[in-house]
Amino acid sequence: MALYNSRFNPRLARRKTVGGIFYGVFLAAVMVGIIGLAVLLAQTLIEGLPWLDFGFLTSYMSRHPELAGVKAAVMGTLITIAFTAIFTVPIGVGAAIYLEEYAPKNRLTQIIEVNISNLAGVPSVVYGLLGLGVFVQLMSLGKVVLAGALTLTLLVLPIVILASREAIRAVPNEYRLGAFALGADQWQVIKGTVLPSALPGILTGTILALSRAVGEAAPLLVISGLVYVTFVPGPLDRFTVLPLQIFTWVGRPQEEFRSLAAAGIIVLLIILLSMNAVAVLLRNKYQTRSED
Amino acid sequence: MPASSRQEIDTGRFRRGRGSSIEGTIVRWVFFCCALISIFTTLGIVFILIGQSIGFFSEVSVFEFLTGTRWTPILKPTAFGVLPLVAGTLLVTVLAAIVALPVGLATAIYLAEYAPDKARRVLKPMIEILAGIPTVVYGYFALTFVTPQLQRFFPDMIVFNALSAGMVMGIMIIPMVSSLSEDAMISVPRSLRQASYALGATKLETSLKVVVPAALSGIVASFILAISRAIGETMLVTIAAGATPRITANPLESIQTMTAYIAQLAQGEASHDSIEYKTIFAVGLLLFLMTLSLNLLGHWVVRRWRQAY
Repeated sequence: MALYNSRFNPRLARRKTVGGIFYGVFLAAVMVGIIGLAVLLAQTLIEGLPWLDFGFLTSYMSRHPELAGVKAAVMGTLITIAFTAIFTVPIGVGAAIYLEEYAPKNRLTQIIEVNISNLAGVPSVVYGLLGLGVFVQLMSLGKVVLAGALTLTLLVLPIVILASREAIRAVPNEYRLGAFALGADQWQVIKGTVLPSALPGILTGTILALSRAVGEAAPLLVISGLVYVTFVPGPLDRFTVLPLQIFTWVGRPQEEFRSLAAAGIIVLLIILLSMNAVAVLLRNKYQTRSED
Repeated sequence: MPASSRQEIDTGRFRRGRGSSIEGTIVRWVFFCCALISIFTTLGIVFILIGQSIGFFSEVSVFEFLTGTRWTPILKPTAFGVLPLVAGTLLVTVLAAIVALPVGLATAIYLAEYAPDKARRVLKPMIEILAGIPTVVYGYFALTFVTPQLQRFFPDMIVFNALSAGMVMGIMIIPMVSSLSEDAMISVPRSLRQASYALGATKLETSLKVVVPAALSGIVASFILAISRAIGETMLVTIAAGATPRITANPLESIQTMTAYIAQLAQGEASHDSIEYKTIFAVGLLLFLMTLSLNLLGHWVVRRWRQAY
């Protein structure tokens, strides 16, 4: 200690203690999120699992909790998302190709790019109002599956475009140059070289974006309200989806319906988990292939 | 912008379409139209919200809407002051921010500065799962788990309350804060940390006094974007925070947010010509403007204050 000048007082022991305390604080903060997630899942499983059986999956909604099921909601979700995918994929990939491969560097391109990133931040309930105004009223589609799918398409398009652009950008430029050198024109280069290489990335991003649409309730609630559906809907039928069915059950005061909501949540999470698993598998397959 | 990073050899000469087929030209225009759909989406949002609100504002003055302190659009005597809905939104948002901003930032500091690689690879995806869980699920969790737990501490608290919704929303937006902040901290160059250690700073001092200030633009932007997300969140507050428009700072009370009002009215079958129906577009317009300005502010902060390393 005699080595130190009296004015130089590093107080190292104290600073290290403070550092140790803060390390604990940071670790605790990480645990807030993780424990929150764990408690949420535990609560759902404990309450929902006893109600989850084959009958729950194959029955329609009912006033009697022990007879009620999620068939109409699950089918509604699957059909709505299928239509959303049909609309989203070509438009989203097309827009991404344009912005990455064709777009000149001008004001319009810049406006489109800023606009897409702003659209990604618009609350989903506002998309519901857009869908209500444009598809339900202006185009007089009514409160049907198609109107819901078109609304969800607009909602997830910015995400699909951003993900597809990243996948296209990751294609090495040598691929394009090689194809150009062989005499291909730009569309042949895109069709034959860029798209096949970017496809796994595009699919992964699209599946993740669609999984967001699967969980969305607010825009569909605004468009269609709550309906009592006891059939498998077609594209021009009224419909309900799993998150809306869960919302209906959560809102009931009886304990049994809340347990049904938990069972519905388990089904919803299983659907989301499978979509994410497919996306991860695709990504892993793609990554190993590009290494060899 | 995208082309410049990868281009050593300019392919522009090939790209300008000379000698390209008719098919190629058509395809180019089709893709251009796909990109334009995003512009039309924005225009559609603006036109629908303003168009439907005009009908509303011809009956209720903008001044009355923005400054009125009573919101009773369905009950007589009707009053169309939006402030109670704005107050409800702000109350829940503040509660969410109290949870999410410190926890999210601390999580980001841990993941970016402290966590060993193995721990980071496990913890980061787990935190991000929180962002993928549908918001109805959070609503269920707030109503059936968090509220009963809170009622042990606050026995007078009613079932639908701002506190429970705000806390759960805070957990929900942790990954928004932590991911963006962590990205900003990771892009702070190692040389800054090394210089700090060379001066004798401890790990904590380096993290808080060197890395966090250097990443501040990204951190502030993550705060702003997370708050914008909280303002626009619908299902969680519709399920757990109640349907009582009221100006209060007491989180134990039942309130109603702007989004929850839209969701509530949409459940009824209000006639499309009625004034109550038009209110949801006026409230939606206000909500859109609030979140849009926050998002623009967030992007501006990143651009304006970013340190180029």
